[in-house]
Amino acid sequence: MPMQVELVSPEKILWSGEAEMVITRTMGGGDIAFLPGHAPFVGALGIGAMTIRPTDGNDEHVAVHGGFVEVSNNTVTILSDVAEMQDHIDHDRAVRAKEAAEAELRKEHDREADAQLRRAEVRLEVHAR
Amino acid sequence: MAGGKERVLRRRIKSVQTTKKITKAMELIAASRIVKSQQRVLAARPYADQITEVIRNLAAAGAGGGAPLLAQRDEINTVATVVIGGDRGLCGGYNGNAIRMAERNMAAQRREGQTTALVTVGKKIESYFRFRKFDIEASFSGFLDEPSYEDARAIAEAVVPKFEDGTFDRVDIVYTQFLSAGTQKVVTRQFLPLDTSSLVEEASDGPAADYEFEPGPDAILENILPRYAEARLFSALLEGAASFFAAQQRAMKSATDNAEELIVKLSREMNRVRQDAITTEIMEIVSGAEALRAGKSDGMDLIPDNALSISDLLVDTVDYNR
Repeated sequence: MPMQVELVSPEKILWSGEAEMVITRTMGGGDIAFLPGHAPFVGALGIGAMTIRPTDGNDEHVAVHGGFVEVSNNTVTILSDVAEMQDHIDHDRAVRAKEAAEAELRKEHDREADAQLRRAEVRLEVHAR
Repeated sequence: MAGGKERVLRRRIKSVQTTKKITKAMELIAASRIVKSQQRVLAARPYADQITEVIRNLAAAGAGGGAPLLAQRDEINTVATVVIGGDRGLCGGYNGNAIRMAERNMAAQRREGQTTALVTVGKKIESYFRFRKFDIEASFSGFLDEPSYEDARAIAEAVVPKFEDGTFDRVDIVYTQFLSAGTQKVVTRQFLPLDTSSLVEEASDGPAADYEFEPGPDAILENILPRYAEARLFSALLEGAASFFAAQQRAMKSATDNAEELIVKLSREMNRVRQDAITTEIMEIVSGAEALRAGKSDGMDLIPDNALSISDLLVDTVDYNR
């Protein structure tokens, strides 16, 4: 019994379809997996890689930079203001962003650069899959 | 002189025709962009609906007691108004209506003894208020044809912290609602504190689902409310863009129609002027010929010939006048 999955950004629906499993990173830092029939759940997401295993086809990997997940009635809805599908990630750009963030962090520790570094890392991680 | 007048009219017709070409092109472009921006409005709806749904669930779980973005202030001293308009003109009353609504609101607030603050979104809105020496808290422009979520976030970042630290006690948005391609309406909506009372009420009626929350409901709410605020701004921007193109399309359509009418009117006038000139010329020739004939009563072949060709000309022009 598959479940319905929707990945929604403020501008449009990024991915929608039936899936067997969704794994994502919560704000606390741990990964959480949803299988069909999961109990109703609302959670805040951290910066991390998300995997959707569709009923047919290959796994979809997405870099999610914060957001929310809601599970109810066998439907998983992921709301994220910044989410990038694997095919949309520009590897070189992510590498450059990572280097820039690292350079910034060597100078001084600031939260913005820290978040930037993590985002770049997640992008690279998703891209590498 | 008659010939001069004809030339002037011809030139005017030319220029009106050129203008008509431009307005027609703008009308068609605007029409195609209405559709595009309307689709963006629709595409943004699932996110807004879902985020509302999550907040409703959180409210049902009893969250939201102390959230600063929800707290209504007892005493409202400063009201900020975010006016959303366009970057460009040639769109009928689109900018003017939003400006008028904002000015009326601010005048009413000042009468109540409240301080007003102004955030302008759109080049036209900014230049209007700058010219009138209004104090502008922040202004944004350059993206209003195709607003992105980042733009909405930038506006939220200018407003939300000032609400949180108490500089603003309330924030309103003035924007143009896109009801359909034919109807758009300028509205004022309270933006902050976020008005979720309707959600909460609905939630308490509805079946309280047993949701698990991670982290707790309050922590999620604290994270989700800023996103909700941004989503609301974003949808206002998108609706504004769609309304802008609808208004522009209408304005350009009436300009094109006007040009058409003007061309018909001017052509008619030009034809009449030309006709007058021809008639005058004929009269001159005829009377000249008459005078000649009177002088040399013994017939010359030339005169009947001349008279014949003149009558031909007359017949032609009479036809033309119909």
